[in-house]
Amino acid sequence: MRADLELIYGWVPNDARILDLGCGDGTLLAALARHKNVTGYGLEIDPEGISACLTKGVNVLEQNLDDGLGNFVDDACDLVIMTQALQVLRRPDAMLDEMLRVAPECIIAFPNFAYWKHRLHLTFRGRMPVSRSLPHAWYDTPNIHLSTFRDFASLCRDKGVTIVDEAVGSAEHEGHWTSRLWPNLFGETAIFRVRRGR
Amino acid sequence: MSASFPSDSVGLVTPQTATFESPLALACGKTLESFELVYETYGTLNAERSNAVLICHALSGHHHAAGFHAADELKPGWWDAYIGPGKVIDTDRFFVVSLNNLGGCHGSTGPGSVDPQTGRQWGPTFPVMTVADWVHSQARLADRLGIERFAAVVGGSLGGMQAMQWTIAYPERVANVAVIAATPRLSAQNIAFNEVARQAIRSDPDFHDGWYADHGAIPKLGLKLARMIGHITYLSEHSMGSRFGRDLRSDQLNFGYDVEFQVESYLRHQGDTFSTRFDANTYLLMTKALDYFDPAGQHDGDLAAALAPADCPFLVISFTTDWRFAPARSQELVNALLRAGKAVSYVNVDSPHGHDAFLLPNDQYESVFGSFMRRIDAQLNGGAS
Repeated sequence: MRADLELIYGWVPNDARILDLGCGDGTLLAALARHKNVTGYGLEIDPEGISACLTKGVNVLEQNLDDGLGNFVDDACDLVIMTQALQVLRRPDAMLDEMLRVAPECIIAFPNFAYWKHRLHLTFRGRMPVSRSLPHAWYDTPNIHLSTFRDFASLCRDKGVTIVDEAVGSAEHEGHWTSRLWPNLFGETAIFRVRRGR
Repeated sequence: MSASFPSDSVGLVTPQTATFESPLALACGKTLESFELVYETYGTLNAERSNAVLICHALSGHHHAAGFHAADELKPGWWDAYIGPGKVIDTDRFFVVSLNNLGGCHGSTGPGSVDPQTGRQWGPTFPVMTVADWVHSQARLADRLGIERFAAVVGGSLGGMQAMQWTIAYPERVANVAVIAATPRLSAQNIAFNEVARQAIRSDPDFHDGWYADHGAIPKLGLKLARMIGHITYLSEHSMGSRFGRDLRSDQLNFGYDVEFQVESYLRHQGDTFSTRFDANTYLLMTKALDYFDPAGQHDGDLAAALAPADCPFLVISFTTDWRFAPARSQELVNALLRAGKAVSYVNVDSPHGHDAFLLPNDQYESVFGSFMRRIDAQLNGGAS
């Protein structure tokens, strides 16, 4: 499992009802269903991801996140997870509201634009960063709302959302996850666990 | 002989008939004292009797879903693209059951059968069937075949409604369900098209109030018109456009009312063929079954409440250009299932072919539907839970 998913897996309680936004091939949901008795749905638009989910027995819905979560009632589930999708949304702030309407708690992982390598790229080469976590050129990237670890924490403050837990790390080296030192600088991926209200 | 069939075909198949002597109470209040169902099976029922898949047919469908009735038959069964060895519904893995519904005109008891009480053909007096009635009769067939629980019940269009109804009426007998290009209820526009088709048939002078057989007549014109109307709703504007465009049969306009455009020729041909192979009373009855289907109706319009008994994973598939049962109709079903907290997956398959897409080869459709079926097979064989 991808390192960020590994960490999120650990945060999900047993028997939770979850929604996984941009669930990919369903790896996380399948593992949670098997070992933690978790039930839920994945939302995905990539045809290959959808078929992979079906092969695993993961409930998957073809649904564009930019269309919102209107088909889910308030408190439809316990937890909403969204990994590597925040930055491609038209309105990440509206999605955060939606997620916390559908569940009291959510976990969000996204590439931290303030990662030191990205800063170096911009500072010394004067060009938009291209890296392992941001592999696209500026003109064809799906990432239209890049943000930093601090940006997201600030959004949560503005919205009155409680940050329950936070972590950063590189996509490949699990050892970095526990590092809380200078997360905005050293975290390649930012992961937040947030709760509705203060 | 068998060498003449494609290797991924179930090959030569022979329909069978099951006779049921105990009465079947119908939604309309009438009872069928006895009835016959014609069906075909493909593949082998395993020792646990757990690998059966039920195929429910659409408006003009029947039991012949796959394979060939004769070595020289030109066209295979109506869903041959999806049923066969190595295909999506893999007959090397599953035991597939496909029947002709009651009221049909392909061998099962219907308007063309003899009413034992009168000794005369049922004709227009054959009871109007509902989707629920069909499902009850299908459950009788399952009993007869020793199938307690289907590994999957699948159907497209009107067949999808039967699949849906199975999960409501017999939740313990369905392990998985695939509802394809269907709708939880017809729209006013859908009913309107059906009514035009019915009026076309009923106003044909050869219809004789449904007693055409007594007069040695067939309401061919009415059936032809009904099929032409129906066929337009099965295709998309795009698929008609790309297939026929404004092509003319001859090089010039004739300033008359004979066939001039290719699309006219095609529709007339479809109508003519249909009018000789389909029964008018059956067509009327099948369109009524479509109109009446509305499981939410008994629950103050709450589809989630209607689906409360369902207890199996759903796969719901729609097609982007289907305007007969548009993707939004499938999404209504999906959203009700979400509200009811049921296991459901949904895909809106990209296809230019309109409603008919559910019958046609399509890579994305095959991938999605195939993944779902392979998962079921893996579970039957002790795979991951």
